[in-house]
Amino acid sequence: MKLLVCISNVPDTTTKIKLSPDNKSVDLSGIQWVINPWDELALTRALELKETAGSSIEKISVASVGTAELEPTLRKALAIGADDAFRIDLNPQDAYQVAEELAALVKAQSFDIILCGIESSDYNGAMVGGMLAEQLGYTSVSSVSSLNLDGSNVKLTREIDGGKQNLTVSLPFLAIVQKGIAIEPRIPSMRGIMTARTKPLTVVAASGSSALTAVVGNALPTAKSACHMVDAENVSELVRLLHEEAKVI
Amino acid sequence: MSVLVYIENREGKLNKGAFELVSYASRIAKDLNTGVTALSIGNVSESELSRAGQYGASKVISINDGRLETLDNKAYTIAIEQVATAESATVLVMGSGFTGKAIAPRLSVRLKAGLVPFAIAAPSSYQPFVVRKKTFSGKSFSDVEVKSAVKIITLSPNSFGLHESPVSTAVTTFSPNLLDSDFSTRVDSSEKFSGKVLLTEADIVVSAGRGMKGPENWGPVEELAELLGAATACSRPVADEGWRPHAEHVGQTGKVIAPNLYFAFGISGAIQHVAGISSSKVIVAVNKDPEAPIFATADYGIVGDVQKILPELIQSIKASRSH
Ligand SMILES: Cc1cc2nc3c(=O)[nH]c(=O)nc-3n(C[C@H](O)[C@H](O)[C@H](O)COP(=O)(O)OP(=O)(O)OC[C@H]3O[C@@H](n4cnc5c(N)ncnc54)[C@H](O)[C@@H]3O)c2cc1C
Repeated sequence: MKLLVCISNVPDTTTKIKLSPDNKSVDLSGIQWVINPWDELALTRALELKETAGSSIEKISVASVGTAELEPTLRKALAIGADDAFRIDLNPQDAYQVAEELAALVKAQSFDIILCGIESSDYNGAMVGGMLAEQLGYTSVSSVSSLNLDGSNVKLTREIDGGKQNLTVSLPFLAIVQKGIAIEPRIPSMRGIMTARTKPLTVVAASGSSALTAVVGNALPTAKSACHMVDAENVSELVRLLHEEAKVI
Repeated sequence: MSVLVYIENREGKLNKGAFELVSYASRIAKDLNTGVTALSIGNVSESELSRAGQYGASKVISINDGRLETLDNKAYTIAIEQVATAESATVLVMGSGFTGKAIAPRLSVRLKAGLVPFAIAAPSSYQPFVVRKKTFSGKSFSDVEVKSAVKIITLSPNSFGLHESPVSTAVTTFSPNLLDSDFSTRVDSSEKFSGKVLLTEADIVVSAGRGMKGPENWGPVEELAELLGAATACSRPVADEGWRPHAEHVGQTGKVIAPNLYFAFGISGAIQHVAGISSSKVIVAVNKDPEAPIFATADYGIVGDVQKILPELIQSIKASRSH
């Protein structure tokens, strides 16, 4: 059985966002790039599944759509434990295009299970997983917080509004994973970093996909006014302010 | 041409979130000189559905197919696609909760429709069609142009508000053409957190962090939430350490919420936490450290010990209500 984890290359979550002078794009200079936090948890869970005794998973691949600058992020995924990596060589304009490119890769390589993070921490789309599943005609389940293999089926838990559900699905299958799928992301070991250098990272030509949307401008939030401090000995003043000034209680 | 809005129900009732979506769809329809059709899936009474008319939906389509109760992503997508096609919808509006996240991207492919997720405002222009969304977890905004003929927007909760524009409403039923093979997920069991105020729907959220020192100190947090009809939330380490359920974790890697009032007790205000709450209308922070970053985000703050301030706050609210 072959498993694919889709990886988004994103700025570290502590990055301060700056815009280009014309606001058309985000200034990416000096940014530290990381594996999208949910994708990192997805990869961690994939490795746990592969390491389970008697696991039917033979190989874990990772893939990302983007230019050569993202290769260190894929190398990091290899260092954490993925067996091989694919970079689809294209600077994508939107999630639709990313999904189309990933779909072409999946068709060529035939993966049985695909894991995607619920959203990427840059454009916060929550789109690629669902779009990819529809492109492929795969069953998909979103907001997955636990995933286990059971022969040729997958048992999982997903969060829904006001509750959760335990489900069974058959393969091929795509899971869009969120919090809970793994608790702590794995970090590369020294040995992992050494072996990652020799693991295959294949560059695949883009398949000629096209985007349906484009970012045409950006803005930064307006600065918040200073916090109104209330004395700790005068808690009733806070209640009065929330009631009379903010009118929220 | 029409604007189609998919509205969710909870145990047969439409909530504020559904009406906000209808308000939003009505605004777009007005700008485009067309009408709004609302689509409901599930067992909801005709009188309940007709409440969508208060916010501008002149037509409500109801699908009541028991098989869809499993929220099967494929089948759900096909059902909504069939309605969108029958209604010649050019704009489709959905919520950005669990269902919207699961279904909107699949619909985008089926309808070859560009998707703007987590929009925060009505389109700023229609030709070209441009909608603003949050990016980098609230650290910036992007204006997204949709180039396809059909457009899909999912709306961030509490970002547009309720706007009444009453019209008379006709409720009709629709039976989607679904094959058994369109269903591919089996539900083995479900758990409902019933009776509680949902974090994603709450007007007021009472949240607490590691400054509470341990799960045994959560009593006053729950008491304050109960008193205000609020939902409870927590920071990530609190959920990771098992002090509180994962469903309560807010922030970059948890839930993103936008209540009218957010209380942060003993939360430092790390950038990843703030990413999940920065759209709250009013933020109140209580922290013993005057330098805690949460005060840069908060509207009202108290420097003090949560163990002391929380009970006093509860007393003070009770007192303010008794006269
Ligand atoms: C990739 C990534 C994603 C993340 N995602 C999230 C996320 O989604 N949500 C999230 O919350 N975090 C997230 N984090 C973690 C985040 O960086 C912080 O570590 C976390 O938010 C801190 O939680 P806290 O404020 O409860 O605890 P702490 O940082 O330990 O802060 C506790 C606060 O309580 C105060 N305090 C202590 N005792 C008292 C007292 N008696 N009375 C009053 N105040 C007191 C302290 O002054 C301090 O400010 C993420 C981190 C990473 C790297």
